[in-house]
Amino acid sequence: MPTFAPLFKKRAEMPQKIILMRRYFLSFICLLSLSVFAFSQEHQENPTGEGQQEVEHGCGEQAEHEFDPGATAFHHIADQNIYSIGPWNFPLPCFLYAPGHGWSVFSSGKFHADAHGNGHVAVDGYVLVEGMVNRIEDASFPMGEVEVGHHPYFQKVKNAEGVEKDIAHICYNSHLYTTRERSTADGGLFGGGVTNFYDFSLTKNVTSMIIIFALLSWMFLSVAKAYKQRDGMAPKGLQGFIEPIFLFIQDEVAKPFLGHKWEQYLPFLMALFFFILGLNLFGQIPFLGGSNVTGNLAVTMVLAIITFLVVNLSGNKHYWEHIFWMPGVPAWVKIILTPVEILGVFIKPMTLMLRLFANITAGHMVMVIFVGLIFVFSESGINAGAGYGTAVGSTLLTLFMMSIELLVAFIQAFVFTILTASYIGAATEEAHH
Amino acid sequence: MGGSIAAIGMGLAVIGAGIGIGQIGGKAMEAIARQPEAVGDIRANMILTAALVEGAALIAIVVSFLVK
Repeated sequence: MPTFAPLFKKRAEMPQKIILMRRYFLSFICLLSLSVFAFSQEHQENPTGEGQQEVEHGCGEQAEHEFDPGATAFHHIADQNIYSIGPWNFPLPCFLYAPGHGWSVFSSGKFHADAHGNGHVAVDGYVLVEGMVNRIEDASFPMGEVEVGHHPYFQKVKNAEGVEKDIAHICYNSHLYTTRERSTADGGLFGGGVTNFYDFSLTKNVTSMIIIFALLSWMFLSVAKAYKQRDGMAPKGLQGFIEPIFLFIQDEVAKPFLGHKWEQYLPFLMALFFFILGLNLFGQIPFLGGSNVTGNLAVTMVLAIITFLVVNLSGNKHYWEHIFWMPGVPAWVKIILTPVEILGVFIKPMTLMLRLFANITAGHMVMVIFVGLIFVFSESGINAGAGYGTAVGSTLLTLFMMSIELLVAFIQAFVFTILTASYIGAATEEAHH
Repeated sequence: MGGSIAAIGMGLAVIGAGIGIGQIGGKAMEAIARQPEAVGDIRANMILTAALVEGAALIAIVVSFLVK
């Protein structure tokens, strides 16, 4: 077998490198798994310490909750009034308005939040519950800074529609005070609605958006400067990174869909693509706040509304004719077709909004739930063996999911841009018959 | 009980989207195998069509969440 000889020889030379690589990889996995456990230790409740607190305030025992990975995931992907990077909490400014009380402007550092994001100081009737500002419903609660119980008590309360909801209660002077979440403009569809205060704060998501805006501005201004200075020369540095992505969107998205008008809409498409891509990727960075900006329905809704306005304001006669009175079909079909087409005008931006939101939210949730599996299988730290075993498995799964999410971050930014381009293209197409 | 019915609705929506996106992906693979030089165009159109199918599934999922 002379032909196989070189193959075997090559394999004999390889092992050391492979073994070294394998060793690096395994120790990397071990380190990651251990870091998960380090975090889990921090998140474990300290039963004796907390118990003493409860007795002091006289608000009774905190009901033992079974670990619910779904609820934990929802809490972790939600917006927050503090920016927590690893174990550190960075305060953010709060701009809160309550009807009857007026504006309250202060730093969220005043809440003195712990590792869970629960503050133990109430400011003007506002408290911090799991990173979010809530307002105490009772008007007799003292204003100004007041020391309250260390953690909120969650009690199931039925609202007007008979839907059970976990409402946070705050312990003060051996009394439990009901809190309300901030008002949301969903009309009660997603469990929100108008409550007793409005939150106009600079939250974690807004801060992330400002960071990405500053980063993108710096990147594009420096690249633009480089094009002016290095006219006619090969791209260098950051230029070489931006140019292929920019050209890809220009040649694959803008030109084929928009025809000769592509230059007019290029800035809008580029702004959309890079803003979504930047936020998607920023949200993927672990331990850096893990902000879920593009997985926030309000953010994707604003993006979709902008697309809706651009599409419909640039729609020509041809476009509106095809919506209201489709030419070339019998009259009885038109009666069915017109309502469908009018609905389509609104459904198109709605699917844009939902697609980006659902994809990014699902990605973030899957990761939290994989980590949450460790606590499910280890029965919240009682069965340490099962916990360590699952930690290794779920770390590998999380790594795998993260690499898929990296792909999804690009695909979703691309899909949003290409669909916007195709809608604009359909709205501005000239009649050719 | 409402939660479990919503889950069934979600599952049904996902079956439809799965069949649709599977068809798109399969046909795109066939097309690429026939004409490897057109891979760029096929991929872009594949993603676009898959996104449209996904949109219908997303609406179904959201409705299954909202209607209780």
